[in-house]
Amino acid sequence: MKRKLANVLVYVFLTVVALLSVFPLVWMAVSATNDSQTVLSGSLTPGRHLLDNYRNLLANQDVWKAMSNSLVYSLSQTLLALVICSFAGYGFEIFHTRNKDRLMSVLLLAMMVPLAATMVPLFQMMSKMGFLNTAAGFVLPSVSTPFLIMMFRQSARAFPHDIIEAARIDGLGEIRIFLRMFFPTMRSTYAAAMTITFMNAWNNYLWPKVIMQTNDAMTMPMLTANLMSGYVVDYGMLMVAVLLSTLPTVVIFFLLQKSFTEGIAGAVKG
Amino acid sequence: MNHMDIKAKAPAKRRLSLQKKQNLVGWAFLLPAALLIVWMCFYPMLKALLLSFQSGQGARLSFAGLKNYAFLLKDSVFQQALKNNFIYLLIQVPIMLMLALMLAALLNNRKLKLRGLYRTAIFLPCATSLVSVSLIFRSMFAVGGFVNVTLMRLGMIQNDINWINGSGETARAVIIIALIWRWTGYNMVFYLSGLQNIDSTLYEAAYIDGANPLQQFRRITVPLLRPTILLTVILSTNGTLQLFDESFNLTRGGPSNLSITMSHYIYRTSFENVPKFGYAAAMSYVVFILVAVLALVQMRVGDKR
Repeated sequence: MKRKLANVLVYVFLTVVALLSVFPLVWMAVSATNDSQTVLSGSLTPGRHLLDNYRNLLANQDVWKAMSNSLVYSLSQTLLALVICSFAGYGFEIFHTRNKDRLMSVLLLAMMVPLAATMVPLFQMMSKMGFLNTAAGFVLPSVSTPFLIMMFRQSARAFPHDIIEAARIDGLGEIRIFLRMFFPTMRSTYAAAMTITFMNAWNNYLWPKVIMQTNDAMTMPMLTANLMSGYVVDYGMLMVAVLLSTLPTVVIFFLLQKSFTEGIAGAVKG
Repeated sequence: MNHMDIKAKAPAKRRLSLQKKQNLVGWAFLLPAALLIVWMCFYPMLKALLLSFQSGQGARLSFAGLKNYAFLLKDSVFQQALKNNFIYLLIQVPIMLMLALMLAALLNNRKLKLRGLYRTAIFLPCATSLVSVSLIFRSMFAVGGFVNVTLMRLGMIQNDINWINGSGETARAVIIIALIWRWTGYNMVFYLSGLQNIDSTLYEAAYIDGANPLQQFRRITVPLLRPTILLTVILSTNGTLQLFDESFNLTRGGPSNLSITMSHYIYRTSFENVPKFGYAAAMSYVVFILVAVLALVQMRVGDKR
């Protein structure tokens, strides 16, 4: 009897937490279909203002420019980060020597450096190199991260060294061994790294805010945040923008949930 | 010298040069990444250190010794920001991690129905950007907004509460609620994956010995998850000390800087009104040292037991 009651309580608790987790997103989607006044009145019924809100947004802001900017920046960051960090992780593990291990522990210190501490010098460097308002400026500080290098190093550890030796004896070059043997077998690690890097890049706010100074270079999170800054806020329009900027990551979340969790938990596997 | 010696040496020499070659290939693989980290992280860190000893506005800077650091002691906004970061750290992180651990322990039960659905739902907030989270919560907690209307309908309050701009406590509370909402599922995933490494026969043995679920949680789950818990504590501490988006977009640091975070204040000092790069750099070193020291302390404490 006591067991059953405890069981029911578990289900009630989990259901409440699950509902609370989903609710703000549902509220956002519903609000995108209502006019500002209805949003503020606390209504939870979908309205018919979705198109009006969207048209208002288009009239106010260059949404699709911001969307395509975010897409270009995030895709370039993801692609470059995967190439650079997987090469590094492979190099650290397969060719490991004491000096390389030492270097790795030094590089890990970079995980502790807050962006706030490097923001001003980085801004000055980017401005000197003419990288303000460019994808290069967006991407450079985050294409090489200790976290991703660690992830690929971890997975390279599970890669059998005998196969590499055999391939060398067969006369395969080192780059070919990487491309033809390591890359295809590590697909799940690449998928996990890709998902997590893309999400981080798309959602990044502070760094783009520092270096993107023209409207043409703006990212989607910057655009949505700007909509809130006026004195009169059109909440319906705002929620359409939030919806648009959240949609890509939510779609990725549902399509690649498994590799997303693997990416996050990548650090746990010892 | 006889023939035997030479014959034995030749292959050894060749092997050595092969090893050398491979060592170099290894360096070639990792060098781009290593150089980028040095160029984009360590070098700016060094520049920030030099900057922190300079003062002036915009690009015209001159050497100022420890003046910036001395000014920190007099700057009440900085002190408020420091205090706020610690309030967020000390209240939000324990609540969130305990909740995440509890959820992970419950969801690890194979017999639980709808397990996947619960997990997906609780994990979903992770797909939302911090800017979106801030804007959604700012709108929900607005005066006359959803939260106030609902609380009034339920008869829990008589008048609207001005959550965002009314008082420091309510503003910080909204930030803490938003943070818990956004990050609980994220931490839960760490624990779930850590729990998969725990042998399930341990729980069976404990069950046969008559341990109730709470005892199993305290005696098996928590001790065996210690490395994972340590990792999440370090990551959350790091993240909380660097909070920016929520302070900037959810409460705008208000009312009168009562909810502002250090990153937000550093950004404001660097890029708004009259930029003071030197002073901002000095503040950023305080954040860096706090992050590093807390991480080291946590590693010490976590390793000991």
